[in-house]
Amino acid sequence: MAAVLESLLREEVSVAAVVRWIARSTRGSEDNPGEAAALSSLRPLRKEFVPFLLNFLREQSSRVLPQGPPTPAKAPGASAALPGRPGGPSRGSRGARSQLFPPTEAPSTAAEAPLARRGGRRRGPGPARERGGRGLEEGVSGENLPGAGGRRLRGSGSPSRPSLTLSDPPNLSNLEEFPPVGSVPPGPTGTKPSRRINPTPVSEERSLSKPKTCFTSPPINCVPNSQPSALDTSPWGLGLPPGCRSLQEEREMLRKERSKQLQQSPTPTCPTPELGSPLPSRAGSLTDEPADPARVSSRQRLELVALVYSSCIAENLVPNLFLELFFVFQLLTARRMVTAKNSDPELSPGVLDSLESPLFQSIHDCVFFAVQVLECHFQVLSNLDKGTLKLLAENERLLCFSPALQGRLRAAYEGSVAKVSLAMPPSAQAVSFQPETDNRANFSSDRAFHTFKKQRDVFYEVLREWEDHHEEPGWDFEKGLGSRIRAMMGQLSAACSHSHFVRLFQKQLLQMCQSPGGAGGTVLGEAPDVLSMLGADKLGRLWRLQERLMAPQSSGGPCPPPTFPGCQGFFRDFILSASSFQFNQHLMDSLSLKIRELNGLALPQHEPSDEDGESDVDWQGERRQFAVVLLSLRLLAKFLGFVAFLPYRGPEPPPTGELQDSILALRSQVPPVLDVRTLLQRGLQARRAVLTVPWLVEFLSFADHVVPLLDYYRDIFILLLRLHRSLVLSQESEAKMCFLNKLLLLAVLGWLFQIPTVPEDLFFLEEGPSDAFEVDTVAPEHGLDAAPVVDQQLLYTCCPYIGELRKLLALWVSGSTGRSGGFMRKITPTTTTGLGAQPSGTSQGLQARLAHAFFHNQPPSLRRTVEFVAERIGSNCVKHIKATLVADLVRQAESLLQEQLVTQGEEGGDPAQLLEILCSQLCPHGAQALALGREFCQRKSPGAVRALLPEETPAAVLSSAENIAVGLATEKACAWLSANITALIRREVKAAVSRTLRAQGPEPAARGERRGCSRACEHHAPLPSHLISEIKDVLSLAVGPRDPDEGVSPEHLEQLLGQLGQTLRCRQFLCPPAEQHLAKCSVDLASLLVADQIPILGPPAQYRLERGQARRLLHMLLSLWKEDFQGPVPLQLLLSPRNVGLLADTRPREWDLLLFLLRELVEKGLMGRMEIEACLGSLHQAQWPGDFAEELATLSNLFLAEPHLPEPQLRTCELVQPNRGTVLAQS
Amino acid sequence: MILTKAQYEEIAQCLVSVPPTRQSLRKLKQRFPSQSQATLLSIFSQEYQKHIKRTHGKHHTSEAIESYYQRYLNGVVKNGAAPVLLDLANEVDYAPSLMARLILERFLQEHEETAPSKSVINSMLRDPSQIPDGVLANQVYQCIVNDCCYGPLVDCIKHAIGHEHEVLLRDLLLEKNLSFLDEDQLRAKGYDKTPDFILQVPVAVEGHIIHWIESKASFGDECSHHAYLHDQFWSYWNRFGPGLVIYWYGFIQELDCNRERGILLKACFPTNIVTLCHSIA
Repeated sequence: MAAVLESLLREEVSVAAVVRWIARSTRGSEDNPGEAAALSSLRPLRKEFVPFLLNFLREQSSRVLPQGPPTPAKAPGASAALPGRPGGPSRGSRGARSQLFPPTEAPSTAAEAPLARRGGRRRGPGPARERGGRGLEEGVSGENLPGAGGRRLRGSGSPSRPSLTLSDPPNLSNLEEFPPVGSVPPGPTGTKPSRRINPTPVSEERSLSKPKTCFTSPPINCVPNSQPSALDTSPWGLGLPPGCRSLQEEREMLRKERSKQLQQSPTPTCPTPELGSPLPSRAGSLTDEPADPARVSSRQRLELVALVYSSCIAENLVPNLFLELFFVFQLLTARRMVTAKNSDPELSPGVLDSLESPLFQSIHDCVFFAVQVLECHFQVLSNLDKGTLKLLAENERLLCFSPALQGRLRAAYEGSVAKVSLAMPPSAQAVSFQPETDNRANFSSDRAFHTFKKQRDVFYEVLREWEDHHEEPGWDFEKGLGSRIRAMMGQLSAACSHSHFVRLFQKQLLQMCQSPGGAGGTVLGEAPDVLSMLGADKLGRLWRLQERLMAPQSSGGPCPPPTFPGCQGFFRDFILSASSFQFNQHLMDSLSLKIRELNGLALPQHEPSDEDGESDVDWQGERRQFAVVLLSLRLLAKFLGFVAFLPYRGPEPPPTGELQDSILALRSQVPPVLDVRTLLQRGLQARRAVLTVPWLVEFLSFADHVVPLLDYYRDIFILLLRLHRSLVLSQESEAKMCFLNKLLLLAVLGWLFQIPTVPEDLFFLEEGPSDAFEVDTVAPEHGLDAAPVVDQQLLYTCCPYIGELRKLLALWVSGSTGRSGGFMRKITPTTTTGLGAQPSGTSQGLQARLAHAFFHNQPPSLRRTVEFVAERIGSNCVKHIKATLVADLVRQAESLLQEQLVTQGEEGGDPAQLLEILCSQLCPHGAQALALGREFCQRKSPGAVRALLPEETPAAVLSSAENIAVGLATEKACAWLSANITALIRREVKAAVSRTLRAQGPEPAARGERRGCSRACEHHAPLPSHLISEIKDVLSLAVGPRDPDEGVSPEHLEQLLGQLGQTLRCRQFLCPPAEQHLAKCSVDLASLLVADQIPILGPPAQYRLERGQARRLLHMLLSLWKEDFQGPVPLQLLLSPRNVGLLADTRPREWDLLLFLLRELVEKGLMGRMEIEACLGSLHQAQWPGDFAEELATLSNLFLAEPHLPEPQLRTCELVQPNRGTVLAQS
Repeated sequence: MILTKAQYEEIAQCLVSVPPTRQSLRKLKQRFPSQSQATLLSIFSQEYQKHIKRTHGKHHTSEAIESYYQRYLNGVVKNGAAPVLLDLANEVDYAPSLMARLILERFLQEHEETAPSKSVINSMLRDPSQIPDGVLANQVYQCIVNDCCYGPLVDCIKHAIGHEHEVLLRDLLLEKNLSFLDEDQLRAKGYDKTPDFILQVPVAVEGHIIHWIESKASFGDECSHHAYLHDQFWSYWNRFGPGLVIYWYGFIQELDCNRERGILLKACFPTNIVTLCHSIA
C-alpha cells in the first residue's frame, strides 16, 4: 500500500490514475500505460488502499491531535470497532465521550450517560442495554473477540478469501506478522490495514499499547485510566480489537476489568471535563500554536496526499464522509504538536523513502493539509448549516491559508438560509379519545372495553411518572415502573385489546418523538391540534427559550451508536419492561403496517414545469410534508428494528464456526418481519431512495451480528453499498438526485457502516464500482430523489452527529480567542404541517385513467385538493347518513318498540327476538342510504373544491375537478355504505332497544311526562338540596333528641313549605332523586304535624302548634302534593304503623287532624277510599296498646261511615270535624 | 373559598372526634364565622368520613356488633322512646346512620330466616316504616335524621348539590356561548370516561388551555383531590387534554399545582375566558 503512496509521491503516477485505479476494478482506458504498469503490479492490493490511506493519515496526525481539543471522537461501539489510536488508542474515544457528560458518571457508562440519565436505569456498561435490553450487561464484550476481530484479521490478510470462517486466530501481537501501519513491508503480500488491523491492545501497562493507526477514530486526547472500560461497553460486540497477546489472555483481562468496573460503576473513576462548554483550564494551560502558511514543510507532498485523500472522499471510497470531514476539521483546529519532530522512535523503523519523515511535521502542515482537503469539498461545506458556515468563515487559520476559500465560504454563509434548530418537542400530549375507534363497539366485550379504559390511564400515569422522574439521579425505570407495566400488560387478555393498546402506544410514540426540533409535534394523519395552533406563538417562543437554556450537548460524537434520545427512551424502556411477546408481536404488526403505508404515500413529485410563483409556496409545504413522513418512518423503523431484533441480541459474542452455520441455516428460514429488501428495491426503482433508505438505515442499525450474514440482508447491504458509491456529490445529476438528498443518504449510510454489527469488510471487499450501480430506468422520469425535499433542518434532524463539526469549530473559537462564542444556534420557527393526501386507491377503469391523466398536467396541489375534498366529503356523507337516515330509523324503532311493549305487556318479550323483528322491518330502508349519499356528495363536493382552488383556475379545469371530486366522494361513501349500512342500522337499533328496555326497568314513575319551569321562571327558587337539608333539620328536631331551647317557629314552617312550593315549581335544579326525597320528607312532616310532634318555639305555654296553624300547614302540603310534585308521593306512609304510631305517644290523643287529612286526600283525589281502607285495615294487624287499638278502630269506622262520593255539601262537615275529632279523642 | 393548607388544617384540627350532629355544625359555624357554611360543612363531612374510614373496621368485628346489639336491646327494654341507638353511636364514636345499619342487619339476621340482602337493608333505611319492629324503626329513623354525614338523606342532599352545580355550570356555559357536550351525550357516543362537560372548541383560562370542565360541589382537600386526580382528572387529560376543575366549595391552594401539566383548579366559574378568535381560522 505504501508502495502506491510512494509511487504517487514520487510522481510516478497521477492522482487521477490512482483514484481510478482504486475506484474501478478494471483499468480505465484513460490511464497512460506507464501508470497502468506501475499500478497493475499492485493490483491485488487495490481494495486495501483506502483503509491504508485512512489509517496512514490517522497515524501521521497522532502527534498533533492527542492534545488537541477534547473533541468527541466517536461512538464507543464504533471506536471499539475501529481502534488503534496512538497514545491512548481507542480508549481515547471513551475518555472523550465521557467528557461529553458530567463527571458524575462512571467512565464506563459515560458513553451511555445521556441515556443513563434519561432512562435512569442503567448502571452497568450501558450500550448493552441499548440493544440487548435489560440484563445484558453481564458478559458483553470480551467474548465477542474471536468473532469480530479474528474474523476480520483473516480478512485483512487475504481480503478476497471468504471471511466467514475462523480457525487459528493469528497472533495479533506479533508485530512481524501484523506490523503497525507505517512499517508495512513492501510488496503484494503486505497486510491490509483495516479498521481493526491495529487494535487497541488491552494491556495493563499503557506503554505496551503502541501508537497504531486508527482507521476511523480521529485522534483524541485520552485519559488513560478510563481506557479499559471502553472495551466491554460495546454492546455491538466488536469492542475487541485484536492486537496484543493472545485472545485468551485479553479476554481474561477484560473480565477482570469488567468486574472491577461493575464495582466501581456508580462512582466516577475518571472525572473528565465536560465537552461543549469552553474549558477554561484547558484553554488556559494550552497555548495554541499559531499556524503559518510560510512554515509548511514539504508542501507538494501534502498537496498530493490531500488530493488523493480528497478524491477518495469525493468518490465515496471512504465509508463515512462526515467522519473524514470531522478528522479534517480536527486537523484544522489542532492546537499544537505533542512531541518534537523526529523524536518519536516508533516512526523510524521500516519507513520508506518519501514516507520516512512524518507527513505532518508541524501544526502548519496539519492546517495546510486540512485546508487543501476542504478546498476540494467546498460544495459539501457550503451546504452545511449556517452556523457551521459562519464558524468556518470566521476561522482565522482558514483565512490565513486560503483567503479564496474563506471568501467563498463567507459568500456561502451570507447567502445561506439553512438555519437549523434541534430543539426537543414539548412534553407529552395525550392521544385523544376517538369514539370511532375507541368506544365500546370496537371491543369484543364490556370487560375488554373497561380493561382498556384502565390501561389507558395506567399508561399515562406511567408516562407522567417517567416525565417527572427520569432525570433524577438514581431513578430506575424498571424499579419504578416495571411491575406496574407488567401488571397492566397482564390484563390485556383479549387479542383485540392488544391491538388497541398498540395503537395507543404507536400514536403516542409518533406524537411525542416524531421530530426532535420538528414542527410542533403534529402527527401525520392527525389533524393539527387546535391547542398547539391556539398557542403556537407563545409555545414557539417557549421552546426557543428552552432550547437556548438546554443546548443539546452532543449526540455522542460524529458516529454515535443508535440511541433513544428523549422521550424515545420511555418507549424503549416500556417495551423492555413489559417484556410481553404478544405486545411485541402486535407492535411489530402495527409498525410494519404503518411503515408500509407511509413509505407508499404518494408524495408529490417534482415538476419542473411548475409555474414559478406557485411552486415556491407549494414546495414549502411539500418539504414539510416529506419531513414529517420521513421522520415518522425513521422513528417507526427504529422501533421496528429494535423489537424485531430484540430476541437475537444478547450479551453473548457473535457465534462462530459451526454454531454460526447452524444459526444461519435457522435464521435464513425465518421470514423478515417486514420485506425490506423488496421495499428497498422498489424504492430504488421508483427513485424514492431519499425516503426509503433513511428509515431502512434506522431499521438495520438495530440488527444483530448474524443479520448481515444472512443472504436476504446481505443483498440489502450490497444494494446500499452500491447506492453509496453511486452518490458522487460532484456529479451534477440534479435530474437524478438533488445534492442535499445525496448528502442525507451519504450521512445515514456512512453512519450505518460504522455500526459495529455491520461488518466493515463488507464495505471494502464488495466489488462495487460506482458505474456498476445503475438503477432500472423504467422509473418515473422524476422520482422523489430528484425533488428538493431535503433541507438542512431535515439533514441535521436525521443526522445530529453532523453538528459535531460545528462543535469542533466552536470549541476552537472558545479555546483560542477567549471569545465566548459558543454555538450559534439559529432558530427555525416552528410550524404545523398539513395532512398528507392519501392515494385514493381507485385507479381502475378508463375514467380513473382519464382522471389520472387530467391531474398529470395540473399542479400537484390540485390533485391534493380534489383528493382531500373527496375524502372528507365521503366521510362526512357517511356521518350525515348516520345522523339523519339512521337516526330516523332508530326513532322508528323506539316507537315500534313502545307499541310492542304496550301490546305485550310488562314483559315485552325476549329482547333478542324484539331486535330481530325491528331489524327485519327497518333494515330494508337502508337501501335509501346510497341514493341519499349520492345526493349529498353531489351537493357538497363542488362548493368545497371551488373554495379551495385558486380563483383563476380555468372553468373547464374547475368543473372537471369538481366532477372528479364528486365521483371520488360518492365512490368512497357508497362503497362504505353498501357494505356497512345494514350492520350500522342493526347496531344502532340494538343500542336503542337496550336503552329503552333499561329505561323500562327500575323507575317507571320517573318516565312520566315531566313539566319544565314556566316560561317566566327565573330559576331563583331555593335549591332542592337546601330544602332537603332544612326539612331534615326540622325532622331531626321533632324526632329529637333536642336541647330545651330548640324548636321551630310556625312562621318558619310556613315559609319552608312556601319555599318547597317554589322549588317544585322551578324544575331547573331538581333531579328525580331529590324530588323523591322531598316527597318522602314532606310526608314525614305531615305525619309529625298530625301527631303534633313538632316542637314550637315561642312562649312556653304555647309549645305546641295551634290546630288552625297545623291545618293550614297540612293544607299547604296537600296542595303541594296535588299541584307541584311531579313524581309519586308516598302518601300511604301517612298510614304506616310507624307514623300512625306517633299518635300513640301523645296525650291526650287527638285524631282530628288525621281524619281531616284522610278526607282531604280523598277529596283531592290524591288517594282512593279503597286504598285508605286497605291501609287502615292493615293497621289493625299491628300490635298496639289496647286503648290505642280501640281508638284506631273508631277512626276507621268513622272514616268508612262517610259517604263514598265527596259532594260539595260535605264540605260543611269539615266545620264540625273538630268536634267529632275531639269526641273521638276523648272517647 | 380557597384556603391555604394551614388554614385548612386549623379547621380540620377542630373536627377531631366531633359527632356529626347539627349541634356540632352549629358550633363549628360559630368558631369560624368568616368561612362559608357550605365550605365548613363540606370539610366537616370529609374529615368525618376520613375518620370513619379509619375506624370502620373496629366497629365491624363480630364482638363489637354483638356488644352494640346487646346494649341496644337493653336500652330499648328500659325505654323504647329514648334515643338509645343515637346515644350508642355517639358514645362509641361511630356514625349514627352506620350504627343504625349495623343494628338493623343484626336484628334482621335474628328475625328472618335468610340473611337480608343489601337492597332490602337500603330500602328499610330509606323508609324505616318497612322495618318490622316499630321501636327499631323509630330508633333508625332518629339516627338517620340526626346524622349530617351519612345516611340516605345526606346522600340525597349531596347528590342534589352536585346536580345543582352541574346545572349551574351548564347555564353559565350557555350564557357565555360556549358549545359543549355533556356527560349524557358523551356516554351516548361511547366515551369511556366522561367529564361533566367537554368544550367543542377549547378556551383558555389564565393562560391555560381548557378542553373540559368538571364540577365538584365539595371542598377540594388533599385526600379527595388525589382520589379524583387518579380516577377522573388524569383520565380526562389522557383522553381530552388539559381541563378545568371547579371546586365550588373551595380547595386547598397548594393542590393547584398541576396547572402546567393540564389540570387547573378554580373555586368558581372563571371570569376571564379567552376564546378562539374566528378571524384566525
